[in-house]
Amino acid sequence: MTLTPARKMPLSFTLPVVGASGGFFGLFVGTANGSGLMGVVIGFLMLAAIAYVVVNVAGKTKEKPARWALVALFIGLGVLLGGAPGVVMGLLFGWFAGWFAYFIGFGRYRQDLAPYLTSGQVLWEYAFRILCGAIFVFLITPIIVVMPLSFNAQDFFTFTPEMLRFDPEGYSLKHYRDFLTSSEWQGALRNSLMIAPAATILSVGFGTLAAIGLSQPHVPFRRAIMAILISPMIVPLIISAAGMYFFYSRIGLQGTYFGVVLAHAALGIPFVIITVTATLVGFDRSLVRAAANMGADPVTTFFRVQMPLILPGVISGALFAFITSFDEVVVVLFVGSAKQQTLPWQMFTGLREQISPTILAVATILVAVSIALLATVEMLRRRSERLRGMSPG
Amino acid sequence: MKVITSILATTALTVAAGSAFAAGHGMADSLTIVSWGGAYQNSQLKAYVEPYMAANPGVTVNWDESSAEAVAKLRAMNEAGNITWDLVDVEAADGIRLCDEGLAMEIDHDEQLAAGNDGSSASDDFGDSIVSDCFIPQIVFSTTFGYRSDMVGDNAPTDICAIFDTDAYPGKRALNKRPIGNVEWALLCDGVAKDDIYDVLATEEGQDRALAKLGTIKDQVIWWNAGADTPQLLADGEVVIGSTYNGRLFSAIAEQNQPIGMLWDAQMLDFDGWIVPEGLPEDRLARVMDFLKFATDTQRLADQAAYISYGPARASSASLVGKHAELGIEMAPHMPTDPANAKNVFVTQYEFWADYRDDLDAKFQAWLVQ
Repeated sequence: MTLTPARKMPLSFTLPVVGASGGFFGLFVGTANGSGLMGVVIGFLMLAAIAYVVVNVAGKTKEKPARWALVALFIGLGVLLGGAPGVVMGLLFGWFAGWFAYFIGFGRYRQDLAPYLTSGQVLWEYAFRILCGAIFVFLITPIIVVMPLSFNAQDFFTFTPEMLRFDPEGYSLKHYRDFLTSSEWQGALRNSLMIAPAATILSVGFGTLAAIGLSQPHVPFRRAIMAILISPMIVPLIISAAGMYFFYSRIGLQGTYFGVVLAHAALGIPFVIITVTATLVGFDRSLVRAAANMGADPVTTFFRVQMPLILPGVISGALFAFITSFDEVVVVLFVGSAKQQTLPWQMFTGLREQISPTILAVATILVAVSIALLATVEMLRRRSERLRGMSPG
Repeated sequence: MKVITSILATTALTVAAGSAFAAGHGMADSLTIVSWGGAYQNSQLKAYVEPYMAANPGVTVNWDESSAEAVAKLRAMNEAGNITWDLVDVEAADGIRLCDEGLAMEIDHDEQLAAGNDGSSASDDFGDSIVSDCFIPQIVFSTTFGYRSDMVGDNAPTDICAIFDTDAYPGKRALNKRPIGNVEWALLCDGVAKDDIYDVLATEEGQDRALAKLGTIKDQVIWWNAGADTPQLLADGEVVIGSTYNGRLFSAIAEQNQPIGMLWDAQMLDFDGWIVPEGLPEDRLARVMDFLKFATDTQRLADQAAYISYGPARASSASLVGKHAELGIEMAPHMPTDPANAKNVFVTQYEFWADYRDDLDAKFQAWLVQ
């Protein structure tokens, strides 16, 4: 939908703006090839020239051929400067140059904005979008960067020249093979998969009951009890861990599977309490009385009436508890022994003693699994909402 | 009467224990071994843990890669009264500390370890590497320098003082974030004779002098904490030269084909070995001693050298060192003890570091943040 009609902008505006974007990218290309300043100048002149050609010679009528020509031109340049990886960069630059020249030159940037905005407001609007994009990039890059490195054919955290050339020799699945065949990693995976679900079940059971109990108005010292139950979330982990170590050693739980599960459950309970308490706020207590009125005992009431209504809180609490246990390294280093080495433990010692990309392969697998897990939960949630007619989608 | 009873009881117990030992009963069937992880732990696995498990089916081995914080953890275990480790791999200096604190068990080397295959007693065979009554040596390793052979041109460094020569070798250097080693090298390159270094270091002025020499390259140094850091930095081309354990450099050069060269000059020799935690229950101790006798004999220590370029601590093992298990290259020339590499070596002086370590560590850390 167009809010403001697009109009051709004067060249005195188009050329500097498009040129500036060229200068920005030129800085990176120039620095990589020796001189940053030269890159800025060449980039500026090149994109300014492109903008002139696009706006005054090609015009709107020949937009498609002009943009394809730009893509081809930049791919050619990319091959010249950087070989195979240059093709990808050229493709992206060419697409961007064509799009940006038309975007600025024909005033398309104003199309989706209200007609009464001043130029300052328009500038802010785009600055805001770029800022949001930058924050997103800042958050996601560390995770993305790990993924290609996990296919490294060498045993270092380094982008080798072969990898940058897209040479198949530079890539390998050996770190994945190492993860899948090494008994240490498989043992760690097994431990993690045994400890996390058990800790989750305990956390959810105790956490949900505690939240329900603490939401009853007649319970004495509610706030104090709540504060104590939440404390593992607030006390620094290393202090809880050291305390647990000495306590569990005395009672013979240190270095046992059950001890680690118990420690992780203690860490998971606060998350369950908080999420369940939040859903209980919206829970209508008269439903419980209605159920009791119709002859249901408290247990039946809980499972048939209350539980289905607070289920979203229970499930998100369970997810948090699971992730807490699955990611946890400090407490397990103290409370666990060699027999309970979990994935994070293995990754922690692996990073310290041998910088091996197997850790990156594991990280990539874990990221993929978490994305799949969260996507599944979200899809199930939407499906159930749709089935219950709670949302139009 | 009472005396006789107790003598009888003791005899009965001894006999029972002896016969139980002979039959292989009374030994725990699992063993928790603490080591360093990585290629080094793998060499132990291949050279003696797997053969031991093959000879003793039913025994399981758990690894804990916690050697780096072994002293702190053993103290905590001792305080909590719950020793979960059976055998701990530590550097010689840590072995001495643990022994002094009573956290490690004293061993009668001749009684409890196998004699050399040339008939020499265990204590003669191990020689100087027995730095403490609790310490059972395995390997000789060295902290030495590797340099990027493609970044130094034709001018490959042959002298330790190359690390202080930023004109001939521009670029960052990787050094250990501890004074040990660094201060000795600094004094050596500041003109102190090798034999006088520890005397000079014992004085306040000497320590300042060493730090002042390090100060000349301080802004060019990346300080490392773990042995794996320097190979990574060298592989990245982030540093031109850096110190680490020689086995790490060997693995980067021979197994990973990195363009790295070895600078063996003034390498710091050190020992690594086992200690047995004090206070193990009878059955676990019996298993540990049985394993130790097997794992530290002449052949086993020589076998280890087929997986990693650390020299066996027994003199009698030296002639048995063969080829690398996978690459098939002769291992002897890659040992820190090889005559060609050992033209100029330092042997870390444990007595000095036992006395001055805490002071120098504190001084060094304070200097780092200045």
